[in-house]
Amino acid sequence: MPTKAAVSRLSTLGRWRLPEILFWLAAAASVPLLTEYHLVLTEIAIIALFAVSLDLILGYAGIASLGHTAFFGAGAYAAGLFAIHVTNDPLLGLVAGAVAAAILGFATSFLVLRGADLTRLMVTLGVALVLGEIANKAGKITGGADGLQGVFMAPILGRFEFDLFGHVGYVYCLVVFFVLFVVARRIVVSPFGLSLLAIRDNPLRARAIGIPVNARLTSVYTISAAIAGVAGALLAQTAQFVSIDVLAFHRSADALLMLVIGGTGYLYGGIVGAVAFKVLQEILSVWTPQYWTFWIGAILVAIVLIGRQRIGNGVMGVWARLTGKGGAA
Amino acid sequence: MAEILVLKSVSSGYGRAKVVNGIDLKLAQGRSLAVLGRNGTGKTTLLNTIIGVTRHLGGAIEFEGRDITRLAPETRATSGIGWVPQERNIFRSLTVEENLTAVALPGPWDTNRVYAMFPRLAERKRNLGNQLSGGEQQMLAIGRALMLNPRLILLDEPTEGLAPIIVDELMAALKRIIREEGLAAIVVEQHAQKILKLTDDSIILDRGSVVHAAPSRDLLDNPAPLELHLGVAGKH
Repeated sequence: MPTKAAVSRLSTLGRWRLPEILFWLAAAASVPLLTEYHLVLTEIAIIALFAVSLDLILGYAGIASLGHTAFFGAGAYAAGLFAIHVTNDPLLGLVAGAVAAAILGFATSFLVLRGADLTRLMVTLGVALVLGEIANKAGKITGGADGLQGVFMAPILGRFEFDLFGHVGYVYCLVVFFVLFVVARRIVVSPFGLSLLAIRDNPLRARAIGIPVNARLTSVYTISAAIAGVAGALLAQTAQFVSIDVLAFHRSADALLMLVIGGTGYLYGGIVGAVAFKVLQEILSVWTPQYWTFWIGAILVAIVLIGRQRIGNGVMGVWARLTGKGGAA
Repeated sequence: MAEILVLKSVSSGYGRAKVVNGIDLKLAQGRSLAVLGRNGTGKTTLLNTIIGVTRHLGGAIEFEGRDITRLAPETRATSGIGWVPQERNIFRSLTVEENLTAVALPGPWDTNRVYAMFPRLAERKRNLGNQLSGGEQQMLAIGRALMLNPRLILLDEPTEGLAPIIVDELMAALKRIIREEGLAAIVVEQHAQKILKLTDDSIILDRGSVVHAAPSRDLLDNPAPLELHLGVAGKH
């Protein structure tokens, strides 16, 4: 149990900084100011939440995963099936998605604990592939390759009905995203979060100074799965349809790409990456519909070669000049 | 005085290699033990065995009367055994402060006391672990072990590779920990003469076995066993 002094120091570390506050104010401002973009912003909020969930295990616990979409898909299918067969209340659907993904995450965490990086990549990839095939074959339940149809959601809190232009859906996704981001942020600045960094740095040493490594990794993997499940549930509810694509490999790869673009281990990397990825996708797919994936790949290679640190330093330099007092955060 | 640590015919190693060979050892509460020997005689493996990161090959380990032979390292650590490994293993992604607080357990040792003992750490508390010098890393490793508020501390060559002025600072801190705080300690050290002045008892290892055991004062007065088993009368 951490001492009171340790907890109070961590509270200081967890204090919100100006750039963070400005970021969330800008996100809130997008509700009235960017009404014509609400559909794409909804998508960004969902994939950003998914990327944040991956950052929890990759950036903080050092668990590389190529199959994180297993939890995204589990959450999406659970929320969809829950809406069809139990109740179509959105908030209860989110809980169903989170619980289903958390159970799957907890069960598979023991496989992930058994190996090092390469093993983990293969195990996580394998779990997602197996789930994808199950979803494909269990057509009577999941709709198979045609996807799960007939997902109709009740108004949020009995008052706010999902509309065709995605206005309500965006506000709903943004609020859920913010709440879960605050939870994730609280986790990473807690003694639990610090112990994850210690495990990532040196698992053997972490064990020898009293950190229960396996229990911590299992916990964060389960929490991450639950958040990914909520992201999947949000997609199912806002799209009112669950495509088998929610379990496709490219979703896991996209989330990793977002973290490569935005950086790991500070939560905002997933958001920056998601925004950049989606904006690039939108721009490039309009500019060159056939070759946009080529350009995404080329930009990714450029980021890796130039170094995100250098790009980040440039951005922080501009920020410092604008504010006149050195880089923040 | 009651024993805090008892080793009964303990053997251990790595993979198929047996490094520690049937060691019997008793350490009373508040006492300190210097572990001496040439390189490769099993000193570090002995400490690693007590904290539980080697392969157990036989015998039993009791800590405060409880059999800990099969316990995981984290359970041993939270039971009251602090470990300062040879490699220091500072968590590079965490600041000095976070390295200390991430594992803190309630007790007399807190960050203020650690900073009082090592003022350099207080000056560098916002620096990341990978920005520290070797001496500062060693101070942090010791401080971090103390933050667990252990009853027994294992120190593996705490002064290795450090500048003489840092060694003196560390030895002063170790003296306080061992002599004034009354913490039971096992210290593996190459500088035999220095560590023998701090500890109550000493053992010399050769090929994984204890070949000489005596009060530290006796070894200081009569260094013949040091010359016999270490080749010199201990480094100064």
